[in-house]
Amino acid sequence: MYKLILAFRYLFKKRISYLAFLAVSLCVFIVVVVMTVMTGLVTDFKHKNHEFVGDCVVGTESLVGFAYYEDFVRILEATDFIEVVSPVIKSYALVSGHGSQSGTGLEIMGVDPVRHSRATGFGKTLYRCKDNVSKAFEPAYDPNLAGCVVGVDLKLARDTGKGYAVSCFPLTAKGTLAKAGTGLVNSKTFYYSDYSHSGLARVDGSMLYLPFEQAQLLCGMAGPDKRICRLHIKFKPNVKLDVGCDKVASLWQRFIKERSGDRRADLFKNVAVQSWKTYRRGPIAAMEKEQVMMTVMFGLVGLTVVFIVFVVFYMIISHKSKDIGILKSIGVSNADLMGLFSGFAFLIAVLGCCVGVTGGWLFLLKINDIEGWLFEHFRFQLWDRTIYAIGDIPNQVEFKVLAIIVISAIAACVIGALVPSWRAMRLEPAETLQVNQLL
Amino acid sequence: MSEENFILKAEEIYKSYRMGAAEVSVLRGVNLNVKKAEFVAIVGASGSGKSTLLHILGVLDKPNKGTVKFEGRDLSRTNARQLNRFRNKMVGFVFQFYHLLDELSVLENVFLPAMVSKGVIGWLMSRRRAKSRAKELLVRLGLGDRTGHKPYQLSGGERQRTALARALMNKPKLILADEPTGNLDSTTGNGILEVLEELNSAGQTIVMVTHDERVAQRAQRIITLADGKIK
Repeated sequence: MYKLILAFRYLFKKRISYLAFLAVSLCVFIVVVVMTVMTGLVTDFKHKNHEFVGDCVVGTESLVGFAYYEDFVRILEATDFIEVVSPVIKSYALVSGHGSQSGTGLEIMGVDPVRHSRATGFGKTLYRCKDNVSKAFEPAYDPNLAGCVVGVDLKLARDTGKGYAVSCFPLTAKGTLAKAGTGLVNSKTFYYSDYSHSGLARVDGSMLYLPFEQAQLLCGMAGPDKRICRLHIKFKPNVKLDVGCDKVASLWQRFIKERSGDRRADLFKNVAVQSWKTYRRGPIAAMEKEQVMMTVMFGLVGLTVVFIVFVVFYMIISHKSKDIGILKSIGVSNADLMGLFSGFAFLIAVLGCCVGVTGGWLFLLKINDIEGWLFEHFRFQLWDRTIYAIGDIPNQVEFKVLAIIVISAIAACVIGALVPSWRAMRLEPAETLQVNQLL
Repeated sequence: MSEENFILKAEEIYKSYRMGAAEVSVLRGVNLNVKKAEFVAIVGASGSGKSTLLHILGVLDKPNKGTVKFEGRDLSRTNARQLNRFRNKMVGFVFQFYHLLDELSVLENVFLPAMVSKGVIGWLMSRRRAKSRAKELLVRLGLGDRTGHKPYQLSGGERQRTALARALMNKPKLILADEPTGNLDSTTGNGILEVLEELNSAGQTIVMVTHDERVAQRAQRIITLADGKIK
């Protein structure tokens, strides 16, 4: 009981204790804010990637694509674990705005809007046709025109009635230019129909969505052995990602074995079955790496707190050596002394965490208002939206993250106090109570 | 005299300290016996090893050689837990500079030894009795109206009386007082000595260290320490 009383008194009567308390509070505050925002950004980024891809992808990065996909789609849709499959054409094109001769190199994606919206979150990214995705490629001003959906950040004029000339380089199944000698490109004019805001900066800034069949024609993938670049698959609810992907992989292996003698079977070798996580591991890993770097950086902040607590406790214990002698003279054991100073550190940590967490939580509640105010008055944004593609800064405090921060802060304080407490324990009472020690 | 009559026996106590490269011998074979209910004063010049001897008698320090027996039990052969219990229950220390904890009130300082010997539950169950005993001691020592004060709000004499009350809290068999009047004026010091005499006459064993012959005269027996030995 005396340990608790003394720990409280040391905390409130020693100004130097406030320093340790403030260090812990500030550290916890900063870590709570940064980790909440970073975790929110990563979670949000993963979610957007999942929405963009669906659950599983069977595809190739080769612009030639692969054939016989319709047969495989039928096999997949006959299973009990797949909700829907969306074939996709993915290539590159030169896009010229109305009247402009200069072409902009863009990515094109040919999709069936209804299928693709069922397999991915494509429909939800649309602005005008969010509730009626079948009209995604029908310009509102003239449904008979060939429409296209542009990424929200594409620097293309969205004037109605003035189309974009989309030019592709069609490839044969062997990978050569399809129209060599007769004119190299396939061109077609598409008209602005809607825009898509996937929340993925790279996608929104470079993607032009076209009707599936049109894109297939432009890329030279139509014909007797129709080709596509990938299949986006959505599993039925309650199907685990790994299990679903394994089943698809197994079906794919069986399929390519059965079709190994076919004319275009050589194109199967570039095709991979991947979960959305693996398929988008590049951008996700970069984001996760950023989060890890942040964690490491704030781990160093944590180390600084350990050092501050160590210094503060070293000073307190040096100053309190007389008290240690007194306590030992009335029968306090070494373990109890260690407990007293560790308890003191624990108290500082708990109070510091309470203040830091509350402060962090309040700051996060208002972080978007603060950023809005900063942007309004100083044109300053905490997170560059061209990179992070976020609306609001994520501010949902996760209990798991909070628990890790609090436990780490308490551990840091106790570790910081450990050596000074050990020193207190080792002090000889006779030495500390000598008259010359007091003068 | 039989062994049982001695509460404290120190035999062939040697103690030296290292000061830089040199080894300074403070005690060179001290033998000391203290009877139950005796009031012994140890006198000697400054640096003669009086305080060191007192610390060794109260197991606040260890001799390089020799044994200290308390009620026939060799304290060098007891474990740390038993030594803590010994310091808590059997001995009460009074120091020249009072050595009160500044963060605690006078009352808290006094009942601290009772609190130390109990766990949280034990203390919650016995705290009323302990507080009552502490208050009783403070009233007896004329500090009944100072219970809520902090040590820095007291005079030197009041602080020493508080330290004395703390020493008496657990009803120890032995009081070890290190220059208890050394930091007080003669009137206040005299008051402390009167309290010690009063306690002794009630059967309390006291070993007091002082450099002041007049203070030592108040004890029943005076032992002089010179050159690390008892003369």
